[in-house]
Amino acid sequence: MHPAFSVVFFTTATGAGYGLLALLGVLAGQGFVPPDFWLGLVGMGLALGLISAGLLSSAGHLGRPERAWRAFSQWHSSWLSREGLASVATFVPAGLFAVGWVFLGRTNGWVAVAGLLAAVGAVATVCTTGMIYASLKPIAQWHSRFTLPGYLIFSAMSGSVLLNALLQAFALGSTIVLAGCVLLTLLGWGWKLANWRYNDRLEIPTNANTATGLAGGTVRSLEWPHTEENYLLKEMGFRIARKHKARLRQITQLLAFALPVSLLIAAFGLPWPYAAVLSALATSAQFAGMLVERWLFFAEAKHTVTLYYGR
Amino acid sequence: MTCLPAHTDKKLGLVIDLDTCVGCQACVTACKEWNTGGHMAPLTDIDPYGGDADGVWFNRVHSYEHLTEMGGRTVNFPRSCLHCETPACVTVCPTGASYKRASDGIVLVDEDKCIGCKLCSWACPYGAREFDTDVGVMKKCTLCVDRIYNDNLAEEDRVPACVAACPTSARHFGDLGDPASAISQLVAERGGVDLMPELGYQPTNKYLPPRAHTQRAVSVPAPPLEPVRAEGGFLGWVDRMLSH
Repeated sequence: MHPAFSVVFFTTATGAGYGLLALLGVLAGQGFVPPDFWLGLVGMGLALGLISAGLLSSAGHLGRPERAWRAFSQWHSSWLSREGLASVATFVPAGLFAVGWVFLGRTNGWVAVAGLLAAVGAVATVCTTGMIYASLKPIAQWHSRFTLPGYLIFSAMSGSVLLNALLQAFALGSTIVLAGCVLLTLLGWGWKLANWRYNDRLEIPTNANTATGLAGGTVRSLEWPHTEENYLLKEMGFRIARKHKARLRQITQLLAFALPVSLLIAAFGLPWPYAAVLSALATSAQFAGMLVERWLFFAEAKHTVTLYYGR
Repeated sequence: MTCLPAHTDKKLGLVIDLDTCVGCQACVTACKEWNTGGHMAPLTDIDPYGGDADGVWFNRVHSYEHLTEMGGRTVNFPRSCLHCETPACVTVCPTGASYKRASDGIVLVDEDKCIGCKLCSWACPYGAREFDTDVGVMKKCTLCVDRIYNDNLAEEDRVPACVAACPTSARHFGDLGDPASAISQLVAERGGVDLMPELGYQPTNKYLPPRAHTQRAVSVPAPPLEPVRAEGGFLGWVDRMLSH
């Protein structure tokens, strides 16, 4: 599948944004994070900023973005429509929570409820994003039990690493949050390795024989219907990543998992501002690594239409 | 509405005979010619005379070599929308632009509602949908919905353009939901198959596999090539004279 940058950035940015929003909604709403004005402003600004930038980026992927409002109508059958609704609906409790926590300095009553609702909305939105990919049968690498939990784990992982960097920057770092980040990053690393292992051993029942209805023997493409690449090949016949698969997987592991884990573990024993600097570096490395991971998620996925082209 | 109809009154579709298709591309050009002025018009071409031509087509004919222990053969393979009974391209659509008609089962796109998210083309395993980068919406085969019900055409012309154009009658059109229809009987008689049945899209269109190999063709041209016997008869005498 063609890794359109708008979609790669959208899923990575909203994953981190919703992860941070959910954690802030629960932790700050329950009083585990103090109602500090600047901490709240930067924290909610980051969460909602990442979500908004991601959503705008995904709208840029549309052929007719001015009609995007129509996407809210088919929630009864379409995961993309559900994603649109969930993402917009989440802004309501998130906005109320931001006002209550940041501007009114409250962490109880309706602010706590809004925080919990924002967290529920964030988790629901990430689920819908995961289901868009997991529900597509023609792409075996996506239509697997790894996809939905993967989106949730990576969202929690990048959100927690972001939360840690935020708290460390305001000298409010805690060993519990730090330990949580390390564990979630290790979980993400393990999940990604297991997913790659599964994909590499995937035995797909669909082949050139079932695609053409020609039973038995081998079916070899002699001639394409067209001389140049068409929409199908540009959108679904992307092959560059398969050539550089091993190298790109190494880069993903280094930037998204190994480096952040090392930096976060190093931050355990260090005072402010050193721990804050390491936490910020871990966040940046992980975001870059997750962009590579998401690029590979698309580029390694093989659509059944490529069978018709002998690819 | 992107929810699928529980039942369609008819299951209009195509049956394509891979035994008689000669790969002449007449159906491809007839489709393009009709539909670039039809329901989903235009079928945009980008840089048609340049070195990087691209464009929207609803019907594409591939050529394959099918090699079995009986030998090899070339199979020409027209590929277009199969108007599936459970088309995921419809249910994934977030806007309701994609729909399956309850009356005849035809899968269509309402171009005025399409936002060009391309998700339907990802959901189609057969590559039936092609994005028009110029207009910014998705396009697909309409089963010539503007021909088959068109009272302005003579009755024999009320078939999809690809079917009308086929010089070898490799393409058939009809109601596959009616077991008594000529097209359903053809499928039963020739053992018509679904493409990628394991994915569960339940395509309406069927493909008739090439007929089994025979040995007949091998022996036919042999006798004329056998050497004329040198002894006896008029031809023997001619052979001896010419051999000197």
